[in-house]
Amino acid sequence: MIETTPEFQEEKLITASHIKEKKKKPGEEKKKSDLVTALLFLSPTLIIFGTFILFPVIFSFYLSFHQWNMFSGDTTFIGFDNYIKMFQSDEFWSVFKNTVIYTFGTIPLNMGFSLLVAYILHKKIIGKKFLRTAFFAPVVISPVAAAVIWRWLYDPNFGLINYFVGLFGIDPINWLNDPSAAMFALIVMGVWKTFGINMILFAAGLQAIPDHYYEAAEIDGANQWTKFWNITVPLLAPTTFFIMVMSIISSFQVFDIVYVLTSGGPLGATKVFVFYVYEHAFKFFDMGYASAAAYILFAILFVLTLVQVRYMKTKVYTFG
Amino acid sequence: MNAVKAGKITKSVAEHIFIYILALLTIAPFVWMVLTSVKDMADIYVYPPKWFPSELHLDNYSKVFNAAPFGRYYLNSAVVAIVVTLGQLITCSMAAYAFARLNFKGRNILFLLFLGTMMIPYNVTMIPSFMVLYWLDWVDTYQALIVPGLASAFGTFLLRQFFITIPKELEEAAYLDGANKFTVLIRIIIPLSKPALATLAIFTFMGVFNDFIWALIVINSEEMRTVQLGLAIFRDRYLTQWDLLMAGSVMAVMPILIVFFFAQKYFIKGITLSGLKD
Repeated sequence: MIETTPEFQEEKLITASHIKEKKKKPGEEKKKSDLVTALLFLSPTLIIFGTFILFPVIFSFYLSFHQWNMFSGDTTFIGFDNYIKMFQSDEFWSVFKNTVIYTFGTIPLNMGFSLLVAYILHKKIIGKKFLRTAFFAPVVISPVAAAVIWRWLYDPNFGLINYFVGLFGIDPINWLNDPSAAMFALIVMGVWKTFGINMILFAAGLQAIPDHYYEAAEIDGANQWTKFWNITVPLLAPTTFFIMVMSIISSFQVFDIVYVLTSGGPLGATKVFVFYVYEHAFKFFDMGYASAAAYILFAILFVLTLVQVRYMKTKVYTFG
Repeated sequence: MNAVKAGKITKSVAEHIFIYILALLTIAPFVWMVLTSVKDMADIYVYPPKWFPSELHLDNYSKVFNAAPFGRYYLNSAVVAIVVTLGQLITCSMAAYAFARLNFKGRNILFLLFLGTMMIPYNVTMIPSFMVLYWLDWVDTYQALIVPGLASAFGTFLLRQFFITIPKELEEAAYLDGANKFTVLIRIIIPLSKPALATLAIFTFMGVFNDFIWALIVINSEEMRTVQLGLAIFRDRYLTQWDLLMAGSVMAVMPILIVFFFAQKYFIKGITLSGLKD
Protein backbone atom coordinates (compact mmCIF):
# COMPACT_ATOMS: atom_id res chain seq x y z
CA MET A 1 0.00 0.00 0.00
CA ILE A 2 2.64 2.41 1.10
CA GLU A 3 4.73 1.65 -1.94
CA THR A 4 1.95 1.96 -4.42
CA THR A 5 0.69 5.31 -3.27
CA PRO A 6 3.28 7.48 -5.02
CA GLU A 7 2.85 5.51 -8.16
CA PHE A 8 -0.85 5.90 -7.93
CA GLN A 9 -0.52 9.59 -7.35
CA GLU A 10 1.82 9.94 -10.22
CA GLU A 11 -0.60 8.16 -12.45
CA LYS A 12 -3.36 10.44 -11.30
CA LEU A 13 -1.17 13.44 -12.06
CA ILE A 14 -0.44 12.22 -15.52
CA THR A 15 -4.09 11.58 -16.12
CA ALA A 16 -5.00 14.99 -14.83
CA SER A 17 -2.50 16.78 -17.00
CA HIS A 18 -3.56 14.61 -19.89
CA ILE A 19 -7.16 15.65 -19.46
CA LYS A 20 -6.11 19.24 -19.15
CA GLU A 21 -4.20 18.99 -22.38
CA LYS A 22 -7.12 17.35 -24.08
CA LYS A 23 -9.39 20.16 -23.02
CA LYS A 24 -7.16 22.72 -24.71
CA LYS A 25 -8.09 23.84 -28.14
CA PRO A 26 -5.53 22.91 -30.77
CA GLY A 27 -2.74 25.44 -30.94
CA GLU A 28 -3.17 26.50 -27.36
CA GLU A 29 -0.18 24.47 -26.26
CA LYS A 30 1.72 27.60 -27.23
CA LYS A 31 0.11 29.22 -24.16
CA LYS A 32 3.32 28.56 -22.24
CA SER A 33 5.32 31.69 -21.61
CA ASP A 34 7.47 32.89 -24.50
CA LEU A 35 9.32 35.31 -22.22
CA VAL A 36 12.80 34.49 -23.53
CA THR A 37 11.80 34.75 -27.18
CA ALA A 38 9.83 37.89 -26.46
CA LEU A 39 12.80 39.56 -24.78
CA LEU A 40 14.94 38.61 -27.73
CA PHE A 41 12.44 40.11 -30.18
CA LEU A 42 11.95 43.23 -28.11
CA SER A 43 15.59 43.80 -27.21
CA PRO A 44 16.60 46.16 -30.06
CA THR A 45 13.58 48.35 -29.40
CA LEU A 46 14.00 48.23 -25.63
CA ILE A 47 17.67 49.22 -25.87
CA ILE A 48 16.95 52.21 -28.14
CA PHE A 49 13.93 53.31 -26.10
CA GLY A 50 15.77 52.89 -22.84
CA THR A 51 18.66 55.03 -24.06
CA PHE A 52 16.84 57.69 -26.04
CA ILE A 53 13.44 57.94 -24.35
CA LEU A 54 13.26 56.41 -20.88
CA PHE A 55 16.63 57.65 -19.65
CA PRO A 56 16.16 61.13 -21.19
CA VAL A 57 12.70 61.58 -19.66
CA ILE A 58 14.04 60.80 -16.20
CA PHE A 59 17.33 62.62 -16.63
CA SER A 60 15.80 65.84 -17.93
CA PHE A 61 13.50 65.86 -14.91
CA TYR A 62 16.59 65.52 -12.70
CA LEU A 63 18.37 68.21 -14.71
CA SER A 64 15.51 70.65 -14.29
CA PHE A 65 16.44 70.91 -10.58
CA HIS A 66 20.12 71.43 -11.25
CA GLN A 67 22.55 73.81 -12.71
CA TRP A 68 24.55 71.68 -14.99
CA ASN A 69 27.63 72.29 -17.07
CA MET A 70 27.75 69.70 -19.79
CA PHE A 71 31.40 70.11 -20.62
CA SER A 72 32.91 70.10 -17.14
CA GLY A 73 30.24 67.81 -15.72
CA ASP A 74 29.74 70.10 -12.68
CA THR A 75 26.30 69.62 -11.16
CA THR A 76 24.75 71.81 -8.50
CA PHE A 77 21.38 71.09 -6.97
CA ILE A 78 19.34 74.29 -6.97
CA GLY A 79 15.85 73.05 -6.14
CA PHE A 80 13.10 74.91 -7.91
CA ASP A 81 15.34 77.82 -8.93
CA ASN A 82 15.11 77.06 -12.67
CA TYR A 83 11.33 77.02 -12.49
CA ILE A 84 11.18 80.17 -10.34
CA LYS A 85 13.58 81.99 -12.64
CA MET A 86 11.44 80.96 -15.60
CA PHE A 87 8.15 82.10 -14.11
CA GLN A 88 9.74 85.43 -13.23
CA SER A 89 11.15 85.91 -16.71
CA ASP A 90 9.23 88.21 -19.04
CA GLU A 91 10.65 86.41 -22.02
CA PHE A 92 9.19 83.09 -20.88
CA TRP A 93 5.70 84.58 -20.66
CA SER A 94 6.07 86.24 -24.02
CA VAL A 95 7.14 82.88 -25.49
CA PHE A 96 4.18 81.23 -23.82
CA LYS A 97 1.84 83.89 -25.22
CA ASN A 98 3.31 83.50 -28.72
CA THR A 99 2.83 79.73 -28.62
CA VAL A 100 -0.78 80.13 -27.53
CA ILE A 101 -1.43 82.77 -30.23
CA TYR A 102 0.12 80.53 -32.87
CA THR A 103 -1.89 77.51 -31.69
CA PHE A 104 -5.24 79.21 -31.41
CA GLY A 105 -4.62 81.25 -34.54
CA THR A 106 -3.82 78.20 -36.63
CA ILE A 107 -6.47 75.81 -35.38
CA PRO A 108 -9.73 77.54 -36.39
CA LEU A 109 -8.34 78.38 -39.84
CA ASN A 110 -6.83 74.95 -40.24
CA MET A 111 -9.92 73.05 -39.14
CA GLY A 112 -12.40 75.24 -40.99
CA PHE A 113 -10.43 75.03 -44.18
CA SER A 114 -9.75 71.29 -43.97
CA LEU A 115 -13.39 70.50 -43.17
CA LEU A 116 -14.58 72.64 -46.06
CA VAL A 117 -12.21 70.91 -48.48
CA ALA A 118 -13.05 67.42 -47.16
CA TYR A 119 -16.78 68.20 -47.35
CA ILE A 120 -16.62 69.33 -50.97
CA LEU A 121 -14.37 66.42 -51.93
CA HIS A 122 -16.92 64.07 -50.39
CA LYS A 123 -19.40 65.11 -53.10
CA LYS A 124 -19.40 64.26 -56.79
CA ILE A 125 -16.38 66.20 -57.99
CA ILE A 126 -14.38 65.65 -61.16
CA GLY A 127 -10.66 65.06 -60.65
CA LYS A 128 -10.81 64.11 -56.97
CA LYS A 129 -7.50 62.31 -57.13
CA PHE A 130 -5.68 65.33 -58.50
CA LEU A 131 -7.33 67.61 -55.96
CA ARG A 132 -6.45 65.39 -53.01
CA THR A 133 -2.84 65.21 -54.21
CA ALA A 134 -2.70 69.00 -54.50
CA PHE A 135 -4.10 69.61 -51.02
CA PHE A 136 -1.90 66.99 -49.42
CA ALA A 137 1.38 67.94 -51.15
CA PRO A 138 2.39 70.64 -48.60
CA VAL A 139 2.21 68.04 -45.83
CA VAL A 140 4.85 65.74 -47.29
CA ILE A 141 7.54 68.28 -48.16
CA SER A 142 10.23 69.32 -45.75
CA PRO A 143 9.35 72.19 -43.41
CA VAL A 144 12.72 73.78 -44.11
CA ALA A 145 12.15 74.00 -47.87
CA ALA A 146 8.55 75.10 -47.30
CA ALA A 147 9.73 77.97 -45.12
CA VAL A 148 12.37 79.00 -47.66
CA ILE A 149 9.67 79.12 -50.35
CA TRP A 150 7.41 81.21 -48.12
CA ARG A 151 10.22 83.64 -47.35
CA TRP A 152 10.28 84.34 -51.06
CA LEU A 153 6.47 84.64 -51.22
CA TYR A 154 6.60 87.11 -48.32
CA ASP A 155 9.42 89.18 -49.84
CA PRO A 156 8.41 92.82 -49.20
CA ASN A 157 9.45 94.15 -52.61
CA PHE A 158 9.06 91.37 -55.14
CA GLY A 159 7.02 88.73 -53.31
CA LEU A 160 3.84 87.27 -54.78
CA ILE A 161 1.82 87.89 -51.63
CA ASN A 162 2.41 91.63 -51.56
CA TYR A 163 1.54 91.67 -55.25
CA PHE A 164 -1.83 89.98 -54.61
CA VAL A 165 -2.50 92.11 -51.56
CA GLY A 166 -1.67 95.13 -53.71
CA LEU A 167 -4.40 94.18 -56.18
CA PHE A 168 -6.84 94.99 -53.37
CA GLY A 169 -5.22 98.35 -52.83
CA ILE A 170 -3.25 97.40 -49.71
CA ASP A 171 0.23 98.86 -49.33
CA PRO A 172 3.18 96.44 -49.29
CA ILE A 173 3.65 94.83 -45.89
CA ASN A 174 7.02 93.86 -44.51
CA TRP A 175 5.63 90.52 -43.41
CA LEU A 176 8.62 88.95 -41.74
CA ASN A 177 10.28 92.06 -40.33
CA ASP A 178 7.27 93.78 -38.86
CA PRO A 179 6.58 92.46 -35.33
CA SER A 180 2.85 92.96 -35.75
CA ALA A 181 2.68 91.05 -39.06
CA ALA A 182 5.19 88.22 -38.53
CA MET A 183 2.98 86.03 -36.35
CA PHE A 184 0.13 86.30 -38.85
CA ALA A 185 2.53 85.37 -41.66
CA LEU A 186 3.70 82.35 -39.66
CA ILE A 187 0.12 81.25 -38.97
CA VAL A 188 -0.88 81.44 -42.64
CA MET A 189 2.13 79.36 -43.60
CA GLY A 190 1.45 76.88 -40.79
CA VAL A 191 -2.11 76.39 -42.02
CA TRP A 192 -0.94 75.81 -45.58
CA LYS A 193 1.64 73.27 -44.42
CA THR A 194 -0.63 71.14 -42.22
CA PHE A 195 -4.29 71.36 -43.22
CA GLY A 196 -3.89 68.36 -45.56
CA ILE A 197 -3.52 66.02 -42.58
CA ASN A 198 -6.82 67.16 -41.10
CA MET A 199 -8.46 66.99 -44.52
CA ILE A 200 -7.65 63.27 -44.65
CA LEU A 201 -8.94 62.72 -41.10
CA PHE A 202 -12.15 64.64 -41.81
CA ALA A 203 -12.59 62.67 -45.04
CA ALA A 204 -12.40 59.43 -43.06
CA GLY A 205 -14.94 60.82 -40.58
CA LEU A 206 -17.32 61.85 -43.37
CA GLN A 207 -17.05 58.45 -44.98
CA ALA A 208 -18.18 56.85 -41.74
CA ILE A 209 -21.54 58.69 -41.79
CA PRO A 210 -24.11 56.37 -43.40
CA ASP A 211 -25.72 57.72 -46.59
CA HIS A 212 -29.22 56.81 -45.47
CA TYR A 213 -29.16 59.57 -42.84
CA TYR A 214 -28.87 62.12 -45.63
CA GLU A 215 -31.43 60.30 -47.77
CA ALA A 216 -33.94 60.30 -44.93
CA ALA A 217 -33.37 64.02 -44.37
CA GLU A 218 -33.86 64.70 -48.07
CA ILE A 219 -37.21 62.96 -47.97
CA ASP A 220 -38.13 65.30 -45.10
CA GLY A 221 -37.21 68.18 -47.38
CA ALA A 222 -33.95 69.21 -45.72
CA ASN A 223 -31.68 71.45 -47.74
CA GLN A 224 -27.90 71.27 -47.99
CA TRP A 225 -27.34 73.64 -45.08
CA THR A 226 -29.75 71.90 -42.68
CA LYS A 227 -28.23 68.56 -43.59
CA PHE A 228 -24.76 69.91 -42.86
CA TRP A 229 -25.74 71.39 -39.48
CA ASN A 230 -28.06 68.65 -38.31
CA ILE A 231 -26.33 65.52 -39.57
CA THR A 232 -22.73 66.16 -40.56
CA VAL A 233 -21.71 68.45 -37.70
CA PRO A 234 -23.04 66.36 -34.78
CA LEU A 235 -21.91 63.04 -36.23
CA LEU A 236 -18.50 64.48 -36.96
CA ALA A 237 -18.10 65.82 -33.43
CA PRO A 238 -15.83 63.01 -32.14
CA THR A 239 -13.55 63.33 -35.19
CA THR A 240 -13.52 67.10 -34.78
CA PHE A 241 -12.61 66.88 -31.12
CA PHE A 242 -9.86 64.40 -31.84
CA ILE A 243 -8.43 66.58 -34.61
CA MET A 244 -8.59 69.63 -32.38
CA VAL A 245 -6.63 68.06 -29.54
CA MET A 246 -4.07 66.55 -31.90
CA SER A 247 -3.68 69.93 -33.62
CA ILE A 248 -3.17 71.71 -30.31
CA ILE A 249 -0.53 69.17 -29.33
CA SER A 250 1.37 69.51 -32.58
CA SER A 251 1.01 73.31 -32.83
CA PHE A 252 2.46 73.68 -29.35
CA GLN A 253 5.59 71.94 -30.64
CA VAL A 254 6.13 73.94 -33.83
CA PHE A 255 9.82 74.60 -34.47
CA ASP A 256 11.26 73.96 -37.95
CA ILE A 257 9.16 76.47 -39.86
CA VAL A 258 9.75 79.12 -37.18
CA TYR A 259 13.49 78.56 -37.24
CA VAL A 260 13.73 79.03 -41.00
CA LEU A 261 10.93 81.55 -41.63
CA THR A 262 11.59 84.10 -38.88
CA SER A 263 14.22 82.64 -36.49
CA GLY A 264 11.88 83.67 -33.70
CA GLY A 265 12.02 87.33 -34.72
CA PRO A 266 11.46 90.13 -35.30
CA LEU A 267 12.07 91.22 -31.69
CA GLY A 268 10.96 87.81 -30.42
CA ALA A 269 7.49 88.21 -31.94
CA THR A 270 7.45 84.62 -33.19
CA LYS A 271 9.61 82.97 -30.56
CA VAL A 272 7.71 79.83 -29.56
CA PHE A 273 8.18 77.22 -26.84
CA VAL A 274 10.40 74.69 -28.57
CA PHE A 275 12.51 77.48 -30.01
CA TYR A 276 13.02 78.79 -26.47
CA VAL A 277 14.05 75.34 -25.23
CA TYR A 278 16.40 74.88 -28.20
CA GLU A 279 17.99 78.27 -27.64
CA HIS A 280 18.64 77.76 -23.95
CA ALA A 281 19.96 74.23 -24.43
CA PHE A 282 22.07 74.53 -27.54
CA LYS A 283 22.96 78.20 -27.77
CA PHE A 284 23.43 79.14 -24.10
CA PHE A 285 24.11 75.54 -22.97
CA ASP A 286 21.92 76.07 -19.93
CA MET A 287 20.69 72.49 -19.92
CA GLY A 288 19.01 72.63 -16.50
CA TYR A 289 16.93 75.68 -17.35
CA ALA A 290 16.07 74.28 -20.80
CA SER A 291 14.96 71.00 -19.22
CA ALA A 292 12.70 72.87 -16.83
CA ALA A 293 11.09 74.69 -19.78
CA ALA A 294 10.70 71.39 -21.64
CA TYR A 295 8.99 69.89 -18.61
CA ILE A 296 6.49 72.73 -18.44
CA LEU A 297 5.57 71.98 -22.04
CA PHE A 298 5.37 68.29 -21.21
CA ALA A 299 2.97 69.02 -18.37
CA ILE A 300 0.68 71.07 -20.63
CA LEU A 301 0.63 68.41 -23.34
CA PHE A 302 0.14 65.66 -20.76
CA VAL A 303 -3.02 67.33 -19.47
CA LEU A 304 -4.30 67.72 -23.03
CA THR A 305 -3.64 64.07 -23.75
CA LEU A 306 -5.48 63.04 -20.58
CA VAL A 307 -8.48 65.11 -21.66
CA GLN A 308 -8.31 63.38 -25.02
CA VAL A 309 -8.09 59.88 -23.54
CA ARG A 310 -10.85 60.61 -21.03
CA TYR A 311 -13.12 61.92 -23.76
CA MET A 312 -12.38 58.98 -26.04
CA LYS A 313 -13.24 56.57 -23.22
CA THR A 314 -16.55 58.31 -22.53
CA LYS A 315 -17.33 58.13 -26.19
CA VAL A 316 -16.62 54.42 -26.37
CA TYR A 317 -18.69 53.93 -23.25
CA THR A 318 -21.65 55.93 -24.52
CA PHE A 319 -21.83 54.64 -28.04
CA GLY A 320 -20.71 51.13 -27.22
CA MET B 1 -38.39 69.96 -62.13
CA ASN B 2 -36.02 71.33 -64.76
CA ALA B 3 -35.36 74.40 -62.66
CA VAL B 4 -34.32 72.18 -59.75
CA LYS B 5 -31.97 70.23 -62.01
CA ALA B 6 -30.50 73.41 -63.44
CA GLY B 7 -30.03 74.73 -59.93
CA LYS B 8 -28.17 71.57 -58.96
CA ILE B 9 -25.90 71.83 -61.98
CA THR B 10 -25.14 75.49 -61.27
CA LYS B 11 -24.27 74.59 -57.71
CA SER B 12 -22.05 71.75 -58.77
CA VAL B 13 -20.24 74.01 -61.23
CA ALA B 14 -19.76 76.61 -58.51
CA GLU B 15 -18.33 73.94 -56.19
CA HIS B 16 -15.95 72.80 -58.90
CA ILE B 17 -14.73 76.32 -59.56
CA PHE B 18 -14.30 76.98 -55.84
CA ILE B 19 -12.38 73.81 -55.05
CA TYR B 20 -10.14 74.14 -58.11
CA ILE B 21 -9.27 77.72 -57.12
CA LEU B 22 -8.35 76.51 -53.63
CA ALA B 23 -6.25 73.72 -55.12
CA LEU B 24 -4.44 76.16 -57.40
CA LEU B 25 -3.73 78.47 -54.45
CA THR B 26 -2.36 75.49 -52.52
CA ILE B 27 0.05 74.44 -55.25
CA ALA B 28 0.93 78.00 -56.34
CA PRO B 29 3.94 78.11 -53.95
CA PHE B 30 5.31 74.95 -55.61
CA VAL B 31 4.82 76.35 -59.10
CA TRP B 32 6.38 79.65 -58.08
CA MET B 33 9.36 77.81 -56.57
CA VAL B 34 10.02 75.81 -59.75
CA LEU B 35 9.59 78.83 -62.04
CA THR B 36 11.86 81.01 -59.89
CA SER B 37 14.50 78.29 -59.83
CA VAL B 38 15.04 78.68 -63.59
CA LYS B 39 15.00 82.49 -63.79
CA ASP B 40 17.89 84.92 -63.66
CA MET B 41 17.92 87.78 -61.16
CA ALA B 42 16.71 90.24 -63.80
CA ASP B 43 13.47 88.23 -64.08
CA ILE B 44 13.18 87.86 -60.32
CA TYR B 45 13.63 91.46 -59.23
CA VAL B 46 10.74 92.87 -61.25
CA TYR B 47 7.47 94.39 -60.20
CA PRO B 48 4.77 93.33 -60.97
CA PRO B 49 6.08 89.72 -60.78
CA LYS B 50 6.58 87.85 -64.02
CA TRP B 51 5.37 84.26 -63.97
CA PHE B 52 7.53 82.86 -66.74
CA PRO B 53 11.26 83.27 -67.25
CA SER B 54 12.31 85.15 -70.40
CA GLU B 55 15.12 82.63 -70.70
CA LEU B 56 15.47 79.19 -69.15
CA HIS B 57 18.31 79.19 -66.60
CA LEU B 58 18.95 75.57 -65.71
CA ASP B 59 22.47 76.63 -64.78
CA ASN B 60 21.05 77.83 -61.45
CA TYR B 61 21.17 74.22 -60.37
CA SER B 62 24.83 73.80 -61.19
CA LYS B 63 25.47 77.10 -59.39
CA VAL B 64 23.88 75.63 -56.28
CA PHE B 65 26.16 72.62 -56.47
CA ASN B 66 29.14 74.98 -56.77
CA ALA B 67 28.02 77.16 -53.89
CA ALA B 68 27.49 74.30 -51.43
CA PRO B 69 28.25 70.56 -51.49
CA PHE B 70 24.64 69.53 -52.16
CA GLY B 71 25.85 66.21 -53.61
CA ARG B 72 27.37 65.36 -50.27
CA TYR B 73 24.20 66.52 -48.46
CA TYR B 74 22.17 64.17 -50.65
CA LEU B 75 24.50 61.29 -49.93
CA ASN B 76 24.23 61.91 -46.16
CA SER B 77 20.44 62.18 -46.25
CA ALA B 78 20.16 59.06 -48.41
CA VAL B 79 22.42 56.98 -46.15
CA VAL B 80 20.60 58.08 -42.99
CA ALA B 81 17.06 57.75 -44.41
CA ILE B 82 17.70 54.33 -45.96
CA VAL B 83 19.47 52.83 -42.95
CA VAL B 84 16.87 54.14 -40.48
CA THR B 85 14.00 52.90 -42.67
CA LEU B 86 15.46 49.41 -43.04
CA GLY B 87 16.37 49.34 -39.36
CA GLN B 88 12.86 50.31 -38.29
CA LEU B 89 11.31 47.68 -40.55
CA ILE B 90 13.37 45.07 -38.71
CA THR B 91 13.07 46.32 -35.12
CA CYS B 92 9.38 47.21 -35.42
CA SER B 93 8.48 43.87 -37.03
CA MET B 94 10.21 42.01 -34.23
CA ALA B 95 8.65 44.07 -31.46
CA ALA B 96 5.23 44.03 -33.12
CA TYR B 97 5.39 40.24 -33.42
CA ALA B 98 6.21 39.93 -29.73
CA PHE B 99 3.22 42.09 -28.84
CA ALA B 100 0.88 40.40 -31.31
CA ARG B 101 1.72 36.74 -30.84
CA LEU B 102 4.02 35.88 -27.96
CA ASN B 103 2.71 35.12 -24.50
CA PHE B 104 4.55 36.64 -21.61
CA LYS B 105 3.69 38.23 -18.33
CA GLY B 106 3.14 41.97 -18.48
CA ARG B 107 2.73 42.06 -22.24
CA ASN B 108 -0.27 44.37 -22.23
CA ILE B 109 1.21 46.76 -19.69
CA LEU B 110 4.44 46.96 -21.63
CA PHE B 111 2.49 47.63 -24.82
CA LEU B 112 0.54 50.43 -23.16
CA LEU B 113 3.80 51.95 -21.90
CA PHE B 114 5.07 51.75 -25.46
CA LEU B 115 2.08 53.65 -26.76
CA GLY B 116 2.49 56.12 -23.92
CA THR B 117 5.95 57.11 -25.17
CA MET B 118 4.28 58.57 -28.27
CA MET B 119 2.95 61.46 -26.23
CA ILE B 120 6.31 62.50 -24.82
CA PRO B 121 7.26 65.72 -26.59
CA TYR B 122 10.45 65.57 -28.55
CA ASN B 123 12.11 68.44 -26.74
CA VAL B 124 11.91 66.68 -23.38
CA THR B 125 14.09 63.85 -24.66
CA MET B 126 16.34 65.79 -27.01
CA ILE B 127 18.63 67.33 -24.39
CA PRO B 128 19.66 64.10 -22.59
CA SER B 129 19.70 62.24 -25.93
CA PHE B 130 22.24 64.74 -27.14
CA MET B 131 24.27 64.15 -23.98
CA VAL B 132 24.24 60.41 -24.53
CA LEU B 133 25.70 60.98 -27.97
CA TYR B 134 28.22 63.41 -26.49
CA TRP B 135 29.33 60.81 -23.93
CA LEU B 136 29.60 58.17 -26.65
CA ASP B 137 31.66 60.63 -28.69
CA TRP B 138 29.16 60.30 -31.52
CA VAL B 139 28.42 63.99 -32.07
CA ASP B 140 28.79 64.89 -35.77
CA THR B 141 28.68 61.28 -37.01
CA TYR B 142 26.27 59.09 -38.98
CA GLN B 143 25.57 57.12 -35.79
CA ALA B 144 24.18 60.26 -34.17
CA LEU B 145 21.69 60.69 -37.01
CA ILE B 146 20.84 56.99 -37.30
CA VAL B 147 20.90 55.15 -33.97
CA PRO B 148 18.21 57.10 -32.03
CA GLY B 149 15.81 56.49 -34.94
CA LEU B 150 16.25 52.71 -35.02
CA ALA B 151 13.06 52.02 -33.05
CA SER B 152 9.58 53.48 -33.23
CA ALA B 153 6.48 53.19 -31.09
CA PHE B 154 4.27 54.31 -33.98
CA GLY B 155 5.83 51.70 -36.28
CA THR B 156 5.51 48.94 -33.70
CA PHE B 157 1.88 49.86 -33.12
CA LEU B 158 1.09 50.03 -36.84
CA LEU B 159 2.59 46.60 -37.55
CA ARG B 160 1.11 45.01 -34.43
CA GLN B 161 -2.38 46.13 -35.48
CA PHE B 162 -1.79 44.49 -38.84
CA PHE B 163 -0.21 41.29 -37.47
CA ILE B 164 -3.17 40.52 -35.18
CA THR B 165 -5.48 40.39 -38.21
CA ILE B 166 -3.49 37.54 -39.78
CA PRO B 167 -5.24 34.19 -39.12
CA LYS B 168 -3.35 32.06 -36.61
CA GLU B 169 -4.05 28.86 -38.55
CA LEU B 170 -1.40 29.87 -41.09
CA GLU B 171 1.24 29.78 -38.39
CA GLU B 172 0.02 26.58 -36.78
CA ALA B 173 0.73 24.60 -39.92
CA ALA B 174 4.29 25.92 -39.88
CA TYR B 175 4.73 25.01 -36.19
CA LEU B 176 3.63 21.45 -36.95
CA ASP B 177 6.39 21.35 -39.54
CA GLY B 178 8.82 22.26 -36.77
CA ALA B 179 9.31 25.95 -37.52
CA ASN B 180 10.34 28.30 -34.71
CA LYS B 181 9.00 31.80 -33.97
CA PHE B 182 11.69 33.49 -35.96
CA THR B 183 11.05 31.46 -39.13
CA VAL B 184 7.32 32.02 -38.75
CA LEU B 185 7.86 35.78 -38.57
CA ILE B 186 10.10 35.80 -41.64
CA ARG B 187 8.35 33.18 -43.76
CA ILE B 188 4.69 33.82 -42.94
CA ILE B 189 3.98 37.11 -41.20
CA ILE B 190 6.32 39.41 -43.13
CA PRO B 191 5.24 38.29 -46.64
CA LEU B 192 1.61 38.78 -45.65
CA SER B 193 2.20 42.26 -44.24
CA LYS B 194 3.56 44.08 -47.28
CA PRO B 195 0.99 46.92 -47.25
CA ALA B 196 1.66 47.70 -43.58
CA LEU B 197 5.42 47.49 -44.08
CA ALA B 198 5.19 49.77 -47.12
CA THR B 199 3.22 52.33 -45.11
CA LEU B 200 5.80 52.25 -42.32
CA ALA B 201 8.71 52.44 -44.77
CA ILE B 202 7.29 55.46 -46.56
CA PHE B 203 6.43 57.29 -43.36
CA THR B 204 9.82 56.66 -41.84
CA PHE B 205 11.65 57.64 -44.99
CA MET B 206 9.69 60.88 -45.24
CA GLY B 207 10.17 61.70 -41.56
CA VAL B 208 13.91 61.09 -41.62
CA PHE B 209 14.54 62.81 -44.94
CA ASN B 210 12.61 65.88 -43.78
CA ASP B 211 14.01 65.91 -40.25
CA PHE B 212 15.66 69.15 -39.28
CA ILE B 213 15.94 69.77 -35.54
CA TRP B 214 17.92 66.63 -34.70
CA ALA B 215 20.44 67.24 -37.48
CA LEU B 216 20.69 70.86 -36.32
CA ILE B 217 21.59 69.68 -32.82
CA VAL B 218 24.04 66.85 -33.51
CA ILE B 219 25.83 67.96 -36.69
CA ASN B 220 28.59 70.56 -36.77
CA SER B 221 30.72 69.97 -39.84
CA GLU B 222 29.80 70.80 -43.40
CA GLU B 223 30.46 67.33 -44.77
CA MET B 224 28.02 65.71 -42.32
CA ARG B 225 25.07 68.01 -43.13
CA THR B 226 21.85 66.54 -44.42
CA VAL B 227 19.88 68.16 -47.26
CA GLN B 228 17.54 69.98 -44.86
CA LEU B 229 20.29 71.27 -42.58
CA GLY B 230 22.35 72.21 -45.63
CA LEU B 231 19.43 74.16 -47.09
CA ALA B 232 18.76 76.00 -43.82
CA ILE B 233 22.38 77.09 -43.59
CA PHE B 234 22.39 77.91 -47.30
CA ARG B 235 19.46 80.26 -46.73
CA ASP B 236 21.40 82.05 -43.97
CA ARG B 237 24.21 82.68 -46.41
CA TYR B 238 22.26 83.55 -49.59
CA LEU B 239 19.51 85.56 -47.92
CA THR B 240 17.79 86.93 -51.03
CA GLN B 241 19.47 85.01 -53.83
CA TRP B 242 16.08 83.61 -54.76
CA ASP B 243 17.27 81.84 -57.91
CA LEU B 244 19.71 79.70 -55.93
CA LEU B 245 17.47 79.33 -52.89
CA MET B 246 14.56 78.08 -55.01
CA ALA B 247 16.81 75.66 -56.93
CA GLY B 248 18.01 74.36 -53.55
CA SER B 249 14.43 74.05 -52.32
CA VAL B 250 13.42 72.12 -55.44
CA MET B 251 16.22 69.69 -54.68
CA ALA B 252 15.12 69.36 -51.06
CA VAL B 253 11.49 68.56 -51.88
CA MET B 254 11.77 66.52 -55.09
CA PRO B 255 12.73 63.09 -53.66
CA ILE B 256 9.75 63.12 -51.30
CA LEU B 257 7.31 64.52 -53.87
CA ILE B 258 8.30 61.77 -56.33
CA VAL B 259 7.78 59.07 -53.70
CA PHE B 260 4.48 60.72 -52.76
CA PHE B 261 3.12 60.74 -56.34
CA PHE B 262 3.77 57.03 -56.73
CA ALA B 263 2.78 55.83 -53.29
CA GLN B 264 0.05 58.25 -52.30
CA LYS B 265 -2.29 55.62 -50.90
CA TYR B 266 0.29 54.58 -48.31
CA PHE B 267 0.68 58.17 -47.12
CA ILE B 268 -3.07 58.48 -46.71
CA LYS B 269 -3.34 55.11 -44.99
CA GLY B 270 -0.60 56.10 -42.57
CA ILE B 271 -2.33 59.37 -41.69
CA THR B 272 -5.67 57.65 -41.19
CA LEU B 273 -4.08 54.95 -39.04
CA SER B 274 -2.19 57.40 -36.90
CA GLY B 275 -5.40 59.32 -36.53
CA LEU B 276 -7.23 56.27 -35.31
CA LYS B 277 -4.54 55.14 -32.91
CA ASP B 278 -6.25 56.37 -29.76
